[in-house]
Amino acid sequence: MEDVAIVGVGCTGFRPITPEFSYKEIMFEAATRAYADANVNPRKDIDAFITCGEDYWDGHSIFDEFVPDQLGAVLKPLFTVSADGLIGLATAYMLIRTGQFNTVMVEAHSKASDILTFTDIVAFGLDPIFNRPLGGHPYYIAGLEMTRFLHETGTTKEQCAHVVVKNRKNALANACAAYGADLTLEDVLQSEPMFYPLNRLDTSPLADGCIVLVLASNHVAKKLTDTPVWVRGVGWNSDTSWLESREWGRAIYAELAANMAYKMAGIKNPPKEIQFAEVDDLFSYKELQHLEALKLCGRGEAGKLTEEGITQRDGQMPVNVSGGALGMGYAPEVLGLQRVLEAALQLRGQAGRRQLCDVETGLAQSWRGIPTATGAVAVLSREVK
Amino acid sequence: MFGKKRVAIVGAGLTLFRRNLKETGKELCYEATKMALDSAGLTLKDIDSVAFGSAPDAFDGIHMKGENMIDSAGGWRKPFSRVFVGGGTGVFTANAGWWHVASGLFDTCLVVAEEKMSSCYPHPAHAFTTIFDPIMSRPLGTTLIWIFALEMHRYMHRHGIKKEQIALVSVKNKKNALDHPCAQLGANITVEDVLNSEIMCWPVQRLDISPTSDGAAALVLASEDVAKKITDNPVWIDGVGWCIDSTYWTNRDLYYPDYVEYAARMAYRMAGIKNPPKEIDVAEPYDPFDYKELHHMEGLLLCKKGEAPKLTEEGVTQRDGDLPINPSGGLLGVGNPIAAAGLMKVCEIFWQLRGEAGKRQVPGDPRTGVAQAWGDLMQYGSVIVLRR
Amino acid sequence: MSAKIKKYAGHPLKSAEIREGKVPTARWRPKAKYMWSAGVAMSRFLNELKNGRIIATRCNKCGRIMVPPRVFCEQCFKPTDNWTYVKDTGTINTYSASFIAGDASRIKEPIIVAIIDLDGASPGMGIQHKIGEINWKEVKFDMKVKAVWKPPEERKGAITDIKYFKPV
Repeated sequence: MEDVAIVGVGCTGFRPITPEFSYKEIMFEAATRAYADANVNPRKDIDAFITCGEDYWDGHSIFDEFVPDQLGAVLKPLFTVSADGLIGLATAYMLIRTGQFNTVMVEAHSKASDILTFTDIVAFGLDPIFNRPLGGHPYYIAGLEMTRFLHETGTTKEQCAHVVVKNRKNALANACAAYGADLTLEDVLQSEPMFYPLNRLDTSPLADGCIVLVLASNHVAKKLTDTPVWVRGVGWNSDTSWLESREWGRAIYAELAANMAYKMAGIKNPPKEIQFAEVDDLFSYKELQHLEALKLCGRGEAGKLTEEGITQRDGQMPVNVSGGALGMGYAPEVLGLQRVLEAALQLRGQAGRRQLCDVETGLAQSWRGIPTATGAVAVLSREVK
Repeated sequence: MFGKKRVAIVGAGLTLFRRNLKETGKELCYEATKMALDSAGLTLKDIDSVAFGSAPDAFDGIHMKGENMIDSAGGWRKPFSRVFVGGGTGVFTANAGWWHVASGLFDTCLVVAEEKMSSCYPHPAHAFTTIFDPIMSRPLGTTLIWIFALEMHRYMHRHGIKKEQIALVSVKNKKNALDHPCAQLGANITVEDVLNSEIMCWPVQRLDISPTSDGAAALVLASEDVAKKITDNPVWIDGVGWCIDSTYWTNRDLYYPDYVEYAARMAYRMAGIKNPPKEIDVAEPYDPFDYKELHHMEGLLLCKKGEAPKLTEEGVTQRDGDLPINPSGGLLGVGNPIAAAGLMKVCEIFWQLRGEAGKRQVPGDPRTGVAQAWGDLMQYGSVIVLRR
Repeated sequence: MSAKIKKYAGHPLKSAEIREGKVPTARWRPKAKYMWSAGVAMSRFLNELKNGRIIATRCNKCGRIMVPPRVFCEQCFKPTDNWTYVKDTGTINTYSASFIAGDASRIKEPIIVAIIDLDGASPGMGIQHKIGEINWKEVKFDMKVKAVWKPPEERKGAITDIKYFKPV
């Protein structure tokens, strides 16, 4: 079996708006950085290219038409996975494991500021017969889920607000984050009510940016870098598309994705074997719901742990040291790669002011956002286990 | 033998292809998936993962439509993901299924492709106007047929090909489709019918073009050890290839699809094919337009550049010819629900190699077949090589 | 396949049944609006169109002069090196005459569309545009053509600042 490692990372952004650059130019910059970091020439050294996204985010039908040039992929094997970047990473992992590909690139980008009707696009993702005609801002789905999660677990709105304060503050130490801020609990709890029980500051604001990763097989990775970050396990899964028959209190997709990734990585006791986590926090309560789904704590415990500071940068289980989506910004389909980028930098010891001490193994997790129940998990380590 | 595990196709399913079907996209997915499982004697419990394919969301009218289709494609609480490479998606979805199993991560994978083009109302052509560059192309009112007409004309010009030669493809494929139970446009037509049909975008005429359609297709893939328990008659995926060319299609010479050649070479290298015309017994190249079958035969290295029209005139590409091309009836005859049409081609090669193609069966006990699809701004090729 | 399966799923509908409302449907007009940033390369290109000029970028490694301009050379995968004007004349690489519009409706006078390889750009560096002032049946491959510009006050910084190309 061929082990797989991340050998290069590149990032542009994240910024609330980027009117001076086209999405192609943003992608070119991130790709150039990743290739330089991995010390590869995309015209010769990359065996396959994976781009992650959806047509209506980019505003083009068949958006992959517009991606090969700026990634160095002209006349190369490139394809789109219509998914979050972390599922793109899992796909790269599979390609390398077939033994036919040594070096694979994964890309995801957001130019959300080009979208003038973001809410309408999200609503366009709802079932056209059952849900869409009912109208309303589609984020009400997050409100429904949060209500049920708070009800089932006894988690409080204040505990969710702690997530926002922590992540926005963590983002202050991250040059790639768009929304670093020093907020108080009151700021969050008194911000405009949006989709009860969600307030405005419980939701992640949109951002532009691009992340490119280069992955390689064991023997190539060792030649390219002294600091490979090993992908020890990946998993992805989906609960039902039907809103009406979904588990509202639990993130089933994350539980199942984690089961798959943990099994592959040989992880039996997640809180002991994983030292830090980057998890999806598109909405504040999601971080808590996901921590429980990932078995990093017991059911109903994530809120308390957050209140107690366990998930702070200097806590026992730092979560979203990057700032998460709340701090870095919501870049559709880039969320998973934001999480992986941070985990990779931490494991390489290159996280600057945010660097955690002595971390060996970290976890990255993503969710595809409203209205999906799809998510992915990766377990990353400094050592091949 | 390549990959960590050898991968077999053990079942296939297909719905009718029609301009309008009553079924929703979800219902079409379910029907094709169920037929594929039934044909392999399996149930959803036996399935470890799902590779889904569908072309632009603008057809079905659902943003992130893959997410909407999860349950109907057998993906509920399973690892499910959607690949998307424009018109190349159908064949590429089978490639995606291959790596799910070849990687050793999964023993089985469902491959499902769906397109419900009629949901884009009043005409699916609307969706195609948003595939173009918003600065250089969209303001000119560019349509899909314009750009293919430009390619067809360039191809004809470079090789001195006549419309009469190209029309033979449409005649052949629509005739082949008469024997396909799912076909939308099987017909006995003549070269004159094609040449007298309405001019759409010169040199493209009405009967040069495949229709818009609704439909779905599915395959069940299994690793070697599992496949041998399921069937005595597996068909192996021995090569996969894909390639994209530059976005700047006006900067390329459109007379030849380099990207198809690159994709084919990748698949042939994996399959150990050195002499494609000799080693390939049956082929399903992508034929949304009649000239594309010829273009793609050349890109697949089944003949020399500019030679495909001659082979067609000589009858080599007929079902009983030396190199049967599109015995299914292709997109021109069976129909073109984009991603489902590409996967239909893989289904056809599967049935041909198993000797299960009924009236469409090509003679001579075929052992090796290739299916190919094409997409994006005349820039994408996806190829799969199957062997008995 | 054919031997084992007797019936294939699917209930065909006639277009008229849908048009006349005889089958239940759910309708939705997507509100999908975008304002794409043109970016560094295409902003300059569009501004130059207002001036009645076509600008390209050049890569010093491969020597190509590229239209539409881009800030990166996709062949060499490096930033492009400088800007250069190309002519508003060129030759027809391939052409078509379109009798249908974007919504598949029919038009009487065909729109002639062409790929025009611009003079001064590298060989094969074409742009897509329309051809005017000629009957479509008289258009030829390799014909020399020249841009017909809108008057300066009507130009907006769009590809349509060129009305069409006409034979020289």
